[in-house]
Amino acid sequence: MTRDKTDFWVGLFVLLGAIALVFLALRAGNMSSFSFAPTYQVQAHFDNLGGLKPRAPVKSSGVVVGRVSGISFDTQRYQAVVTLDLESKYEFPADSSISILTSGLLGEQYIGITPGGDDKMLADGSTIQFTQSAVVLEELISKFLYSSAGSQD
Amino acid sequence: MTSPFQAISNLGARVRSNITGLGAFMRLTLAILARSGTAVSRLRLVTQQVHFIGNHSLLIIAVSGLFVGFVLGLQGYYTLSRYGSEEALGLLVALSLTRELGPVVTALLFAGRAGTSLTAEIGLMKAGEQLAAMEVMAVDPIRRVLVPRFWAGVIALPILAAVFSMVGIIGGWVVGVMLIGVDPGAFWSQMQEGVDVVNDVLNGFIKSVVFGVAVTLVALHAGWTARATPEGVSRATTRTVVNSSLLILGLDFVMTALMFGN
Repeated sequence: MTRDKTDFWVGLFVLLGAIALVFLALRAGNMSSFSFAPTYQVQAHFDNLGGLKPRAPVKSSGVVVGRVSGISFDTQRYQAVVTLDLESKYEFPADSSISILTSGLLGEQYIGITPGGDDKMLADGSTIQFTQSAVVLEELISKFLYSSAGSQD
Repeated sequence: MTSPFQAISNLGARVRSNITGLGAFMRLTLAILARSGTAVSRLRLVTQQVHFIGNHSLLIIAVSGLFVGFVLGLQGYYTLSRYGSEEALGLLVALSLTRELGPVVTALLFAGRAGTSLTAEIGLMKAGEQLAAMEVMAVDPIRRVLVPRFWAGVIALPILAAVFSMVGIIGGWVVGVMLIGVDPGAFWSQMQEGVDVVNDVLNGFIKSVVFGVAVTLVALHAGWTARATPEGVSRATTRTVVNSSLLILGLDFVMTALMFGN
């Protein structure tokens, strides 16, 4: 076989490998959900995160408007600090409230934003004041058991 | 009937020869890596070997991938339908292919298809005293023969593994969506939700690179140290398949534990 022909087939082979990798990343993987749109960061304090994980979606009315970029613990306030990357095209009033929700009964946890009524908008680096912690199923059950035991008296 | 003393010294001799073999393997590995500059300066040699090792393995890899995908689709559907979650079929097929089956099955097939031919080729070169003739002509056989084959194997295996996973997912789609009738939207969206580019696709890719290094080195070493007789070459070929298969499975366990064990 001549040199050029070998080169052609090897080139085709490498190209096929590249196509396969792109297919795995885009079609099978979650590469397409990485958005490169400009974002702004806001922070929020929570008493309890439940099972929230970094890169969990931030949704408003069910539409993904951003992602959780980091989770840390504030030793001054003994609260969890969640950093959110919100897409710049979605602006929310400064008095919006956020809560940790669960998709389905046992599904993944995500953050829901409920817009407030303020004229001022959330800016980069600002903190959301109104937060609602995750509903922990065990706590709910123990509260239910406690209150039903109390009502029998 | 051997005396206990004889048995103990036999054991010692076996351990010593194994360690010596391992040392010779590592020295050959270092020699290949140290001379790898040739792979860049004489790229033509590497391309020829990629054509020989990679392109010629493409058909068997693609066909195997397709059938593995078919079987995953059928078996996965059978199990998932018991829990009423047939839509997770895409996720099951894609995760098992990108994380485990793609790299491992490709490497096993590659050891059988390309590893053996590398061993036999180098073993016969040695038997025909071609390697000795090169040295007489002041051509370094490691530089001229082993280095291009090593890098060709390292390049070809990850490409083949990616093709295997892609074809396998398409095979799972053919069986799941087209034959059984799983909802295509749920098939792809569950897959995209569950397969992480870094955790699953990239780690699978790293696995296949490691397997490429391991299989090619075992094959080259077996050919390089083969006894220069027809029987020696046939033994070396067998050794390639046995050793590289065991090495692949062992390395896969270690890497899975490190990557996905948390």
